[in-house]
Amino acid sequence: MTSTLEVRHLQVEFPLERGIARAVNDVSFTLHPGERLGLVGESGSGKTTTILAMLRLLAKPGRIAGGEVLLDGEDLVAATDETMRRARFSRISLVPQGAMNSLNPVLRIGVQFHDLLKAHGAWKSRGEARAHVARLLEAVELEPGVADLFPHQLSGGMKQRVCIAMAIALKPSVIVADEPTSALDVVVQKQVLRTLVRVQKELSASVILVGHDMALMSQFAHTIGVMYAGRLVEYGPVRQVFGNPRHPYTKMLIASLPSFSHRGRFLGIPGVAPSLLDPPPGCPFHVRCPSAIAGCSRDYPGEWLGEDGHRVSCHLVTEVRDVHPA
Amino acid sequence: MSTLLSADNVTVTFTGGTLGRRQVKHALDGVSLQIGEDPPAIIAIVGESGSGKTTLTRLLLGLMAPTGGRVSYRGKLLSEMDRAERLTYRREVQAIFQDPFAAYNPFYRVDRALLLPLQRFGLARNRDEAYERIREALTVVGLRPAETLGRYPHQLSGGQRQRVMIARALLLNPRIIIADEPASMVDASLRATILDTLYRLKTEKGISLIYVTHDLTTAYQIADHVLVMNSGKVVESGDPDSVILNPQHPYTKSLISAIPSVDPDVSWGLDDDARVTAHG
Repeated sequence: MTSTLEVRHLQVEFPLERGIARAVNDVSFTLHPGERLGLVGESGSGKTTTILAMLRLLAKPGRIAGGEVLLDGEDLVAATDETMRRARFSRISLVPQGAMNSLNPVLRIGVQFHDLLKAHGAWKSRGEARAHVARLLEAVELEPGVADLFPHQLSGGMKQRVCIAMAIALKPSVIVADEPTSALDVVVQKQVLRTLVRVQKELSASVILVGHDMALMSQFAHTIGVMYAGRLVEYGPVRQVFGNPRHPYTKMLIASLPSFSHRGRFLGIPGVAPSLLDPPPGCPFHVRCPSAIAGCSRDYPGEWLGEDGHRVSCHLVTEVRDVHPA
Repeated sequence: MSTLLSADNVTVTFTGGTLGRRQVKHALDGVSLQIGEDPPAIIAIVGESGSGKTTLTRLLLGLMAPTGGRVSYRGKLLSEMDRAERLTYRREVQAIFQDPFAAYNPFYRVDRALLLPLQRFGLARNRDEAYERIREALTVVGLRPAETLGRYPHQLSGGQRQRVMIARALLLNPRIIIADEPASMVDASLRATILDTLYRLKTEKGISLIYVTHDLTTAYQIADHVLVMNSGKVVESGDPDSVILNPQHPYTKSLISAIPSVDPDVSWGLDDDARVTAHG
């Protein structure tokens, strides 16, 4: 089944002793059937928190403080725990960060699949389950014999494939993958992503991929969302965002990529991300922004809307539009 | 180039399996490498997981002995050094590891990680002098001492922690730094700062670097010489322009083709329908 996921004004808070950290602040986007969205940003920018909130898997004391997550029109934020439990894996599934640590080390791979099928009422018989697991493993290019192995007998890339196979076991319409390849080396990384793309197409599912590797995102995603300090600061089709980035942070992220064009020169983004407990006033990026203007430390910028759903929250972009109406 | 640290035709074999079913695995198979000073150089060792690059760094750091071949520093075999020679080697060859989280004892402030090596090698007469050198080293790696000292490791970002580790190495006036994937666990935006810091140690302080990575792009940017390793052997080596822009070995070519382009119009082949075979 294909479906549409709509995140509207999502807010996530972590009430801590020293105050409230707003980890996700007014994030909205729509994911169409078959669409691949790449969420990028530095550590602590809120990308992982956003997807964990969508799946209602936030660790305490994190809580959803506002907004909606609509899957085919049904609000997952308001859903009961039981509805949410059923929805995970069957409608929206997660490929977690660090597959190494998300498999149970003392159970054979096959048994872990069987648990999943039982928990979701998809268990018919042992024979059928075995055949099902073999098909799933085959879909991620693993031998059926992997079902009889323990996680420590698999390489990192194989474990990551097992996690993908679990995520597609119940044919969900949305697959959320949190840095599935960041621990893998280049060659294996590409193989795992190709596998993800192929199963995504077979299911006509949509995918949200979280990561900080911009080059990988430009190849994988149809749409890019750039997060900074809990905000979605730029969002749009991959060619717009990479071909014509508007937010200074996006520009710096792209420029910081190493390339074969220059030696002995390293461009980073100076400074560190702001504290979410005590964010700077106005646009949270203004402290590190090379082109900040007076208004940047005053108010959070409004949203500029460009072609094909390209959106940017930056005073420089909104001001320019005011001076030269397009 | 005067050679300081040298591995000559080193081999490491691991024997596994049970009695009667002995399996011998070559982690390193006849690898040689020399690094020295005048002029200082950056050598990048590139390869996938399991290619033997970490085993090679462990040999160079004296953390394990080769099964065959020789590892020497200033012309002396590591296994035959006397106490004074070993102390010099330990001070002049420094290591930076991949995980800047695991390198600290979380119960102590970062100051301790910086004070201990100075004490052990007797490089500061008193606490004030030690702190003066620490402040200097932190400044060299682009950290503000006031914002770094007195903090616990968890209060620093991954990039800051890794730079404190570089400062720690720097405090001992090393001639060579061996860095095993020093930038792979930090954000892409901070990766550049780490590499820039290491690069400036060569140009400004004359410290040579062995940079171990699976990332050919950063190897190209930082290194004077690139060694490509596969299955315990060096399959290609040379200056970065020839190795990376004009690779000869099929393995080097496959590593380069696995690098995604930042331009979405230069296809990486993710949507090609051909199935890839899993191995590993």
